[in-house]
Amino acid sequence: MEKFLIHGEKDDYEIVVGLEVHAQVNSQSKLFSGSSTNFGSKPNENVSLVDAAMPGMLPVINEFCIKQAIKSGLGLNAKINKFSVFDRKNYFYADLPQGYQISQYSDPIVGEGTVEINFPDGATKKIGIERIHLEQDAGKSLHDQHPSKSYIDLNRSGVALMEIVSKPDISSPEEAGAYIKKIRSILRYLGTCDGNMEQGSLRCDVNVSVKKDGDPLGIRCEIKNLNSVRFVMQAITTEANRQVEEIENGNEIIQETRLFDAVKSETRPMRSKENAHDYRYFPDPDLIPLVLTDEYINNIKISLPSLPDQIRKNLVDNYGVSEYDASVISEEKEISDYFFLASKGRDGKLVSNWLTTELFGSLNKNNLKIEDSPISPEQLGELVDFISDGTISGRIAKDVFAEMFETKKNPSKVIDETGLKQISSSDDLIPMIERVISNNLDKVDEYKNGKEQLFGFFVGQVMKESSGKANPKLVNQLLKEKLN
Amino acid sequence: MPIDKDTVSKVSNLARIKINNNQLEKISKELEAVMGWIDSLSEVETSGIEPVANVTGQKLPLREDKVTDGGYSDKILNNAPEKEGGFFVVPKVIE
Amino acid sequence: MSEIVSKTILQIKEGLKKREYSALEVTDAFISASECNKKLNFYNTFTKEKALEMAKTSQSRIDSGEDKILDGIPIAIKDLFCTEGTLTTASSKILGNFIPNYESTVTQNLWDAGAIMLGKVGCDEFAMGSSNETSFFGEVINPWSKVINKNLSPGGSSGGSAAVVSAGAALAATGTDTGGSIRQPAAFCGVTGIKPTYGRCSRWGIIAFASSLDQAGPITKTVNDSALMLNVMSGFDPKDSTSANKNTPDFLKACGNFNLKNLKVGIPKEYQISGMSSEIINLWETGYGWLKDRGADIIEVSLPHTKYALPTYYVIAPAEASSNLARYDGVKYGYRNSQNHLDDLYANTRADGFGNEVKRRILIGTYVLSAGYYDAYYRKAQRVRNLIIQDFNKVFKDVDVILTPTTPSAAFEVGSQQDPISMYMNDVFTVPASLAGLPAMSVPSGLSTNGLPLGLQIIGKQFDEENVLKVASNIEDQAKFPFLN
Repeated sequence: MEKFLIHGEKDDYEIVVGLEVHAQVNSQSKLFSGSSTNFGSKPNENVSLVDAAMPGMLPVINEFCIKQAIKSGLGLNAKINKFSVFDRKNYFYADLPQGYQISQYSDPIVGEGTVEINFPDGATKKIGIERIHLEQDAGKSLHDQHPSKSYIDLNRSGVALMEIVSKPDISSPEEAGAYIKKIRSILRYLGTCDGNMEQGSLRCDVNVSVKKDGDPLGIRCEIKNLNSVRFVMQAITTEANRQVEEIENGNEIIQETRLFDAVKSETRPMRSKENAHDYRYFPDPDLIPLVLTDEYINNIKISLPSLPDQIRKNLVDNYGVSEYDASVISEEKEISDYFFLASKGRDGKLVSNWLTTELFGSLNKNNLKIEDSPISPEQLGELVDFISDGTISGRIAKDVFAEMFETKKNPSKVIDETGLKQISSSDDLIPMIERVISNNLDKVDEYKNGKEQLFGFFVGQVMKESSGKANPKLVNQLLKEKLN
Repeated sequence: MPIDKDTVSKVSNLARIKINNNQLEKISKELEAVMGWIDSLSEVETSGIEPVANVTGQKLPLREDKVTDGGYSDKILNNAPEKEGGFFVVPKVIE
Repeated sequence: MSEIVSKTILQIKEGLKKREYSALEVTDAFISASECNKKLNFYNTFTKEKALEMAKTSQSRIDSGEDKILDGIPIAIKDLFCTEGTLTTASSKILGNFIPNYESTVTQNLWDAGAIMLGKVGCDEFAMGSSNETSFFGEVINPWSKVINKNLSPGGSSGGSAAVVSAGAALAATGTDTGGSIRQPAAFCGVTGIKPTYGRCSRWGIIAFASSLDQAGPITKTVNDSALMLNVMSGFDPKDSTSANKNTPDFLKACGNFNLKNLKVGIPKEYQISGMSSEIINLWETGYGWLKDRGADIIEVSLPHTKYALPTYYVIAPAEASSNLARYDGVKYGYRNSQNHLDDLYANTRADGFGNEVKRRILIGTYVLSAGYYDAYYRKAQRVRNLIIQDFNKVFKDVDVILTPTTPSAAFEVGSQQDPISMYMNDVFTVPASLAGLPAMSVPSGLSTNGLPLGLQIIGKQFDEENVLKVASNIEDQAKFPFLN
């Protein structure tokens, strides 16, 4: 891949990016309390006494969240730490009721790992994972309800997050996008996070710095709370450009936390974080270190599902799917599930063509997700069967497909009802061919006199005669016999 | 360890406890006295000694992932100094 | 004054069983005793009506023969335990209007056993203090004050708990002990108090001071009564991750065995601190003499890191407190000093809402955790804590219990100790056991030359409250302490 550079007025700059992905564990209840994680409830409805930090309330950890963090770590080829500690990160904020967030600092549950990201041209790159730790989410402040007040809803307070911290191995906005997509894909395969970025189940903080080739790392700025892949990519570009401009204007970059404003396409310092540099982490005395056994970790390991990289390889090696299609199909669990159902006992290559071109095209046009596809995997498979055994031509199949998509009918029914079945018997075709010949005797003469390019004309006429249903191969063969 | 007024200011800001300027001197002297007394800890040889954060000798108890709590926003807001429409209310925060 | 108030829990239980008096009469007697002692300022919140109501329920259970272990027993609750529907303030302005809608596990256990709540007694603000003087609602006065005609401190932080029992205004009281907050006031007020092993009583619903040290326990007149209260207060609580998943033995069975043969009692030489008064030394010697008389082996032991216990404690406890008290910010409950900016609201609310000692400890705690000081203070203290624990482990290979004075002096006059460090020195003998999470108990054992109570402390192995109680009941038996009421 070509190196991504920002071209300043004076120099070219590389960018160095590290990402912190906050992935909400898909648990029913919160990390340290029994209240619901349900999205969209009435304000302060999913709040327990513990979440509201009532005096004397104590945390008790949700085992499911521990297992999900381990699973995620294993899915990212990371080391699971058998000893981990829950620390308090101390700071004051309106939506942080305890005055501290329970997180993991020096001893996270998951250590170093790697993830391979994929590019459209089939290239890959390995990005290092620094760590994954479990932590509590904060509540939500609403600033637009009142001219001089902020409203606080603690429904999210205490929801379990996995913070997945990458190494600063990312060197372009595209890589950052590919990285998030891959992390999201892996977590969704693992079933540890629903990956829903609109609802905030997956959010990113981005650390960006720029430097000239060969220089040491520059000062980084952190851009908080980005909730779409597009915003992450835009924020990186915007921030990197800002830093280059600052440097070229002779200013120093100040390490700070910034917000990205997508409307103005700018980043600006986050005022609420100005005073929060000293978090005074220390082990939460209400909790005891978490000690895991090999057996506990292994039991989770053996239950891991296939992950996108394995599936992609399987698609290429065993199903004859192209590299590109394989990476598209493997990205989402729902798509690969669909593919495997549709291709059962069939030509995988053909199925993948129909899946990635016709079905994806129609789904996109109608703004549908694959889960909502009007054509079931079994139906798509059947359609492919009809193409493979010559019942319909590829061209006719497109019409059948369109009808299926419209009506949710089985392909056999569509073919029967509309008589779109391919005509593959000589008995049916010979009368049509004879009609075409007798209607075009002049052209036959020309053909016989050496104008061989007219052969295509006769094929076309027969196809027209058959309303496109004639088996083209047989038409060719029969025409040749008749004309020669 | 001398504790100057700036340190007291910084610490009181971290702790969100307002200290009037005319109190800074007095409080820095008080803290300095206490910290001076605590400084005797530096005499203790602790190399190779693990820090102890808890004394239970137990394993971390784990909870099942079940919704067993919440659903009483009125109780949560009961003691709130200011509330409206089911929310806690604070002066406007600029992010 | 009614004869009822000079009785013990076990005696009252007996009288209730024999129908000598009703639960209502008992409760009335203690309510009157409280009302006669208004100037001692026991209560932040006196819940007379609730007490009478609970007494009625108790009596109906007694009448139907379905009485529970503490039916008809009026007790006081330290104002640090959250009580549903009853003001719970931690003796702080910042929680001055806080009414919890939940009940702490320990108090719930007590109500489930039939105990009757007289009210919420005063304590040092957020349990930070050794004199009761840090309470926003004014200090409780030690009932022994009348002996020398000066206002004496009941000690702290559970000063109200010790005072109310000492005055015969409650049969028992709950306390909490972080560095000596049950034992020191018990000693000052001439009553019995036990801090069980860390984890024995649930911390759920108790307003936190220092989570790795806080532990609830009872204050009563007698050792038997403490054992009975502890039976009810203890037990595993799945809502507290540090709660011990252990069965509670019948602590009462450990009391009243006056044969101490084969029992080894350690006398730690480091507890003979310089400047300790001769009356304390005499008391200590008398104490181990009594145990020797009952057949115990007295062995001198060494706990070499003892002198570092207080500085260690004054790093760890404030560090945890600085974080535990961050939730008092004027947003969700409690006092608010309204301001136009949130940070001003925080800073003013906390400046007005907390008293000086609490603020001092929050500042110390914030300082020792802050960047640049964490290793030198907080981590260092955690390591020294380990050494202190190792000291005890070593000694407990050779002895069953350790005997020490509870405090270096008798109760002092209110207002007489202005310097924080000399105030902190009150806990010099109680803090080491707290840091190690060990059970420790103070038993009233004698009087000072001017007639004020002095206590001896028995420290036991982790989860071995039984030997502690056994030794305590021997001391009690021999001391024949002259209770006030």
